[in-house]
Amino acid sequence: MAAPLLRVEDLRTQFFTSRGIVHAVDGISFNVNRGETVGIVGESGSGKTMTAFSILRLVPDPGRIVSGRILFKDQDVVQMNDDDVREFRGNDVAMIFQDPMTSLNPVTKVGTQIDEAMTAHERFSKKEAQARIIPLLQQVRIPEAARRAQDYPHQFSGGMRQRAMIAMGLSNEPELLIADEPTTALDVTVQAQIIQLLKQLNRDVGAAIILITHNMALVASLCQRIIVMYAGRIVEEGPVEQIFDSPQHPYTWSLLRSVPRVDVARAERLVSIKGLPPDLVRLPPGCKFHPRCRFKIEKCEREEPPLEEVAPNQVARCWVMMRNVAQEQREETKAGEVSREAATELKQAGSG
Amino acid sequence: MAAAAVSLEQIDWENPEQIGLWQDAWLRFRRNPIAVGGLVFVILLALDALFAPLLVNFHVIADPLKQNPADSYAGPSLQHLLGTDYLGRDLLSRTMFGARISLTIGLTVQAIYLVVGGTIGLIAGYFGGRTDNLLMRFVDIWYAFPDLLFILVVVSVFQPSLFVIFGAIGLIGWVDLSRLIRGQVLSLKEKEFVEGARAAGSGPSKIILRHLLPNTLGPIIVSLTFGIPRAIFLEATLSYLGVGIPPPTPSWGIMISDGNQAIFAYPHQVLVPALALAVTMLSFSFIGDGLRDAIDPRMRR
Amino acid sequence: MKVAEAPPSTERRVDPVILRVDNVYKHFPVGGLGGGAVRAVDGVSFEIRRGETLGLVGESGSGKSTLGRVITALHPASGGHVFFEGKDVTKLRGGKLRQIRRQLQIIFQDPFASLDPRMTVGEIIAEPLDNYGLARGRQRQLRIQELLRVVGLNPNFTNRYPHEFSGGQRQRIGIAKALALNPSLIVCDEPVSALDVSIQAQIINLLQDLQREFNLTYLFIAHDLAVVRHISNRIAVMYLGKIVEIADRLDIYDRPQHPYTSALLSSIPVPDPRREANREPIPLKGEIPSPVNPPSGCRFHTRCPIARVPGVCSEIEPPLVAHGRPGQVAACHFAGELSARSATEAGLPSA
Repeated sequence: MAAPLLRVEDLRTQFFTSRGIVHAVDGISFNVNRGETVGIVGESGSGKTMTAFSILRLVPDPGRIVSGRILFKDQDVVQMNDDDVREFRGNDVAMIFQDPMTSLNPVTKVGTQIDEAMTAHERFSKKEAQARIIPLLQQVRIPEAARRAQDYPHQFSGGMRQRAMIAMGLSNEPELLIADEPTTALDVTVQAQIIQLLKQLNRDVGAAIILITHNMALVASLCQRIIVMYAGRIVEEGPVEQIFDSPQHPYTWSLLRSVPRVDVARAERLVSIKGLPPDLVRLPPGCKFHPRCRFKIEKCEREEPPLEEVAPNQVARCWVMMRNVAQEQREETKAGEVSREAATELKQAGSG
Repeated sequence: MAAAAVSLEQIDWENPEQIGLWQDAWLRFRRNPIAVGGLVFVILLALDALFAPLLVNFHVIADPLKQNPADSYAGPSLQHLLGTDYLGRDLLSRTMFGARISLTIGLTVQAIYLVVGGTIGLIAGYFGGRTDNLLMRFVDIWYAFPDLLFILVVVSVFQPSLFVIFGAIGLIGWVDLSRLIRGQVLSLKEKEFVEGARAAGSGPSKIILRHLLPNTLGPIIVSLTFGIPRAIFLEATLSYLGVGIPPPTPSWGIMISDGNQAIFAYPHQVLVPALALAVTMLSFSFIGDGLRDAIDPRMRR
Repeated sequence: MKVAEAPPSTERRVDPVILRVDNVYKHFPVGGLGGGAVRAVDGVSFEIRRGETLGLVGESGSGKSTLGRVITALHPASGGHVFFEGKDVTKLRGGKLRQIRRQLQIIFQDPFASLDPRMTVGEIIAEPLDNYGLARGRQRQLRIQELLRVVGLNPNFTNRYPHEFSGGQRQRIGIAKALALNPSLIVCDEPVSALDVSIQAQIINLLQDLQREFNLTYLFIAHDLAVVRHISNRIAVMYLGKIVEIADRLDIYDRPQHPYTSALLSSIPVPDPRREANREPIPLKGEIPSPVNPPSGCRFHTRCPIARVPGVCSEIEPPLVAHGRPGQVAACHFAGELSARSATEAGLPSA
């Protein structure tokens, strides 16, 4: 097998705040192959966005990468000087953000911005760049591309702005596209179009895609491999079908069952994950998920489990593993949310 | 559906530091040395204003009104630490008493701003529509009137006195505050918590006083703090022009005006009250800056 | 236009109607001399029965949140009636409106904007109690603590401020506040869309538990059709200020009658890689038109994959009438055509 396009090794990114050190990314390692689509899933605070920012060396103050290597085609991004990083961003790797309005310049025409994205790097001559603008906009299926290139971002709808961002990201033919919640701000019908577009680009252009999202269904729709993050770590990783069929980490398992499916009619109760995501300044000892885990054993509170191979190409970080959890025990995750006692008192007070 | 086992799902959260919003602002304010410096000076000034008469009673400083023509323009001495003015009055004592006028003007005028501007701003912002339109056109007309002209007219009609000066200054500056509050209220009343209050059965007066006012308090306090030096300066200007506080009451404006007569021979006659005025104004501005920075990030998550 | 009489269906339907929305309009005048108006809600009618949950879905700009605020009398209606237990909410003022409000509560979307940052949790929950003089002194304190416990919060934290809580906890506070007046109908306006996924399930389960415990009726407004289908008995789909379809939660997915419903359903990804490999979203043309100047005839005709344009779709507005299963209504001249077609063409699940 060919060498991976991107190799992240033991990456740690921390924020130095007045409250203490925030362990945003806490020693993660993963690969992305050429042309592959990888989903990084997690809640806010899981470190998924900071992982992406770290890969692009865009970690905002007061944060920085404290250790680890990010090898893009065997070049370490962490060690690059500022000029090389600028060259690397936008040329080798492009990023698409959740809110395209914040990353588009409101006073510059969309076409000009795409042009600038190309001329900032030296891959294309001025003339070539000019000629590429309209085909790029057509490629992301913006209607009347020639006229639309003369528009300003505010004249675009949300979905079109996101397409323009993708066009800009693609302008230098990057080998890796990082999309951070690219559809969260969009309506579902528009989301479907953007996902279709990303799928098609991956197929036609062959760019690898890292999709960062909290939405498991999007990963199922677009990705081949999935990485589940919790508290700055990878807790499970593997091929999408395998993970969806037989998740081994309780967090992955719960996440898959905590969201209703539109295609399932049974009114089954949702699995709720109790409590809150952990405070990244004061992480609990042992497994970071144990305070919220319904299947924990005593060992989980003391010792952090390693990422262990559970099936071919699938790893999970758990002492228990879902395959060892009995069905009755799984049912307990659907416990009631209302204190019946308090409800009774309230009803009495209301009538009396 | 089978009745799900109901158990109390007590959320186990980490104890966040329990800090009120004002405490939090104070913590941030304290980290700003310039603002704290301003606050210290203003506190000293306030103590001076409060206790200056007492100091005269106990002969720590001289009587600011006591004239001694034989001793005019005296240089600094043990008896008069900063010397005397053209009527032989003690300069230090007059400067210290001048703080009384300045602070009183500064604070009283802000009170007038708050009552007039606050009421108009809250009502216009909350009720909107025609009420808003009517009130804001009134505000525009009021604003179009030249400030100094207005004061000069008022003073010439009513004769300058402390009371008239308060009123005249107070009635011109509230316009900015009413606009600020109206703007704040306009954006706040679209917030869901205001709709929530209405859904909970709260009436307009309760919503205005319990929800809107407390949430605009931050910007109001900042605006009023910046308003204090402006009012002080206006009073000094009026007194300098001779239409302000009637003599012999010591006011920094009058002292500057008096000192002006001999500015080349005795420059400190102007410098002392001018310095007092400048430092006071700077102090209030520093406090205002500090407050703005401290109060602003209140909507943190 | 009238809603077709819903014939008695196999399930429930014995419960009395608690809320009847009758041809409600809400137009916001656009500033300037042009004198146009945003037609946020443009002639909407439906009924909710006691104890049921009616889901209201639509994309941004469909007018669903505005409708929720008109129903709870937070916005005055521009036309039409909202009958709550027989009384027209839109006509009530002053004390009578206050009395109705006790019964008619709302939970908001944004847990960060819906609680007054200057008030403690205790004060927030006490506000409705005080307004109606429901409890005083020790009683009041007890009631606040009971409410906090009912929604799963620690009753000792009445002196804390909202900013000290997480999004999910704040949403629980908002729910406790809505429950304080012992209401019969609660409008839930996107109550989980601002929350983390693992927290959404907590709140959805909580809302379901509370419904059972206190016999609540919900109007559940959301853009997420999966969540709406999970929690609702019936679902109304809104597009550009109008309801285009109302159907039972089962029928809406199995037999959507309106092409917009079909398109919406086909757009939603499901957490199942094998299904996703075959899912083909029905493409919609263009963008959602401006509610200031909605299209003629059927409002959906500019984007509809089966519209006859020019023709009946761009000329005649289709009424909301019975189509498909009993109790199902749709506003389409060619109701059912797309779902039948796509079921065969694109492998969309039918029946």
